[in-house]
Amino acid sequence: MSTNAKPKFAMYWAASCGGCEIAVLNIGEKILDVDANFEVAFWPVAMDAKYKDVEAMPDKSILLTLFNGGMRNKENEEIAHLLRRKSQILVAFGSCATEGCIPGLANFSNLDDIFKAAYDSVSTVNPDHIRPVPNFEMPEGVIHIPEMNPILKTLDQVVDVDYYMPGCPPESHQIAAVIDLVIQVIHGEATLPPKGATIGAGISTVCDDCPRTRNVKTIKEFKRIQLMSQIDDKLCLLEQGIPCNGPATRQGCGALCPQAGAQCIGCYGPAEGVVDYGSRLIAAFASVIDSNDPDEIDRILDGIPDPAGQFYRFSLAGSLLRSGKTAWDK
Amino acid sequence: MAENFEPVIIGFTCNWCSYRAADLAGTARVKYPPNIRLIRMMCSGRLDPAFVMKAFANGADGVMITGCHPGECHYLEQNYKALRRYLLLRRTLAQMGIEPGRMKLVWASAAEGVRLADEITKMVEEVRELGPLHWPTLKSGNGHLVALESKPEEVKA
Repeated sequence: MSTNAKPKFAMYWAASCGGCEIAVLNIGEKILDVDANFEVAFWPVAMDAKYKDVEAMPDKSILLTLFNGGMRNKENEEIAHLLRRKSQILVAFGSCATEGCIPGLANFSNLDDIFKAAYDSVSTVNPDHIRPVPNFEMPEGVIHIPEMNPILKTLDQVVDVDYYMPGCPPESHQIAAVIDLVIQVIHGEATLPPKGATIGAGISTVCDDCPRTRNVKTIKEFKRIQLMSQIDDKLCLLEQGIPCNGPATRQGCGALCPQAGAQCIGCYGPAEGVVDYGSRLIAAFASVIDSNDPDEIDRILDGIPDPAGQFYRFSLAGSLLRSGKTAWDK
Repeated sequence: MAENFEPVIIGFTCNWCSYRAADLAGTARVKYPPNIRLIRMMCSGRLDPAFVMKAFANGADGVMITGCHPGECHYLEQNYKALRRYLLLRRTLAQMGIEPGRMKLVWASAAEGVRLADEITKMVEEVRELGPLHWPTLKSGNGHLVALESKPEEVKA
């Protein structure tokens, strides 16, 4: 290998949907800059590669690895450790890798129930109730598939992570900006942010980007947006009684959903300094309730039928409690 | 295990009322179980729900939140804020499998040392009845795997 070879780039998906890859390709002609400045060493979605090829690479030989997806099974963890060894910069890319995202919602259930839902519910035709087993005896020998983890973990709960890039998926213009920065760093025109920083997003909340007016008004009722006939397009959604996750969510998307008349669901994760995303939202929602009477407050709270789902839709695996009790209690 | 189980309860107290109630209970030599660890805040309205989450995540079996009686808050109405947070937090924690009895909101004025001690005694017994919570912690080893530990380590008193 010549010394002036292009730096290597890798992207991997663990437990994720593939939306992050699409977001990367969605950066448009910028992808040509990626090709001009990087050699793609490993990217299972885009090109054929084997794990043993990665294992054969010298340690720290990949400059930049974008890792998306949560740690659902032992294979995910193994590749996380492998890519950590081989990469100089490991980025937890997208909501799944940073905080668990939708796959992390499985942490409300135990493995039995997850398997039941996947293999024995109406969604699957499986008359013989066949379940995958980690080790299976065949005439030719024993074959293995990776074991499931009891709970889904985030990337930084398994390996050391250099940077976090939130979003479900990260916005393409944010990805382009980050790639630009790394290219500038390669050419010695910029320096990297401190380790552990969140890149490709702001530090404040979605509310800061949201053009809707806030009047510090309080509410007597939470309403589900799909049941409302009329939504004021100038007024803060939370003040209209719509459970909007903007007050705790990191800015970075440009407040796309509230501008389109839909509530923020929190895909960009916790804003800077927020220890527990759901806790911040509990505090924010409690502040808009206009009542001091326990019974009336309870009645108002009935308007949020699924608080844990509302507050931890994207961040359960990365939250302080990480899972529901059913996930680990035997 | 249940017989020897001593629950760990974290108590958040308000500087102006319940902390003084606990202080009064001490001065008056009112007995209450040592299972509760009191943390003083300036007001129950300071209680970030993350404090409660963190207590449970780090091995507490119960959390008691205390503040001034409704209408008597030193900061006008922050105890109502605590009440609203508590009610929403309780619903959220119930979905995560934490029994409602593990978190309690108690109003106690600075004169109610005996009442606070009674409430603490009652809650310790209720949580003892519920058994240990022992929220698991993730532990990173040297090897490939990160184990899910089901019990916190024993801390010598």
